[in-house]
Amino acid sequence: MKQRSLKQRDYDWHPQALSPDYKSSILRSPTQPLLRVDGLASELDGPAFSPDVIGPLDHNLIQNYAAALGSNGEAIGPRIIVHGRVVDENNRAVPDTLVEVWQANAGGRYRHINEGYIAPLDENFGGCGRCMTDENGCYRFLTVQPGAYPFPNGPNTWRPAHIHFSVFGTAFAQRLITQMYFEGDPLIQHCAILNAIADPKAVQALIGRLDMETSVPMDCLAYRFDIVLRGEGSTPFENRMEGN
Amino acid sequence: MLKETPSQTAGPYVHIGCIPQYSGIDGIYPNDPGCALPADAQGTLIRLGGKIFDGNHDVVKDALVELWQRDGDGDKGIWLRQPTDLSNGFYQFDTVMPAAVLGAPHICLWIVARGINLGLHTRVYFPDEPKNEHDPVLTSAGKRRDTLISTRPDPEEDESDIGFPVYRFDIRLQGERETVFLNV
Ligand SMILES: [Fe+3]
Repeated sequence: MKQRSLKQRDYDWHPQALSPDYKSSILRSPTQPLLRVDGLASELDGPAFSPDVIGPLDHNLIQNYAAALGSNGEAIGPRIIVHGRVVDENNRAVPDTLVEVWQANAGGRYRHINEGYIAPLDENFGGCGRCMTDENGCYRFLTVQPGAYPFPNGPNTWRPAHIHFSVFGTAFAQRLITQMYFEGDPLIQHCAILNAIADPKAVQALIGRLDMETSVPMDCLAYRFDIVLRGEGSTPFENRMEGN
Repeated sequence: MLKETPSQTAGPYVHIGCIPQYSGIDGIYPNDPGCALPADAQGTLIRLGGKIFDGNHDVVKDALVELWQRDGDGDKGIWLRQPTDLSNGFYQFDTVMPAAVLGAPHICLWIVARGINLGLHTRVYFPDEPKNEHDPVLTSAGKRRDTLISTRPDPEEDESDIGFPVYRFDIRLQGERETVFLNV
């Protein structure tokens, strides 16, 4: 078991647990301070995934749902590449780590039993995908631009278009779920969930940038979204597996 | 020095991306990641389950819970992932009793859901475990340490009849007997 230390998390940089404008957080936010765990901890190690589990269309949300149903249909909507690099706070690549995504379809509708938005389902869109980062920490998805959607939070509250991301890293304590937004979306400034973040620079870090260089002429635009996981601290612990 | 990417809530539809088959999206992946104990995990089978409550004592039915632990021998890591059931809110893992590595035997949990802006880390310890006395996390939890210790159901009420031990671990996000969450 490889043991190391991680840099202390900057909780002021993350959205605040209690963000009253985001109504769902009011009853789901702890009120007691988090308990600091010092030294060696089980959470400094974590699961590893084999690239063998990833199917050839897992990263392709335009085709993977229809293909699973035995058809070669494609999802409706603006075709986009979403790609980037997963690194740690020391700017070291995080290779071979699992990246999972989920999103609404181009009309802003999720394929989910609790979803009630009037926008129609797309028979060729499931909304989930995954891939592993390569040796340089790079990942890449092919999907359709998700639509904005309303949610029951206030009288007229909307989510900007976004893609949900889940990333593992190499330690359970690095585990991260976040959302990527799209450069230029005017709804970003109105989002109660994004506004739970105090620092405007932190909000900027969640905005995928239009990347003309990676776009494919006559095929699809591209957005770039780099992800930073917690980095190693300066004092790795001795490797002591046994005992207390 | 870069800054960690800020967290955002997993939202109410986390199942689509993390456990698609549970949300009815079949066939893209062969199975939901983390849905089954690895075949080579060593140790005594146990079932760990419970409910998550919000500050109003209402059951949270749209959460995702991930587990990370050592197996019974202590040399293999186990990672599992389960929802709180969309209809009754119960989460449940069939796993093994972890070895005592880095403290008393424990299981690490990570909880995400709509309304949780940053995933919550906590730990499950076991009742009647002598090593609990000297576990650093339980010790520093002080008066709130009991929120980290699972319970055995009353044998009279235990109808599970699965042939291996059941441990109950409820999680309270807020308010009275709020679970200890970790900054790790
Ligand atoms: Fe969403």
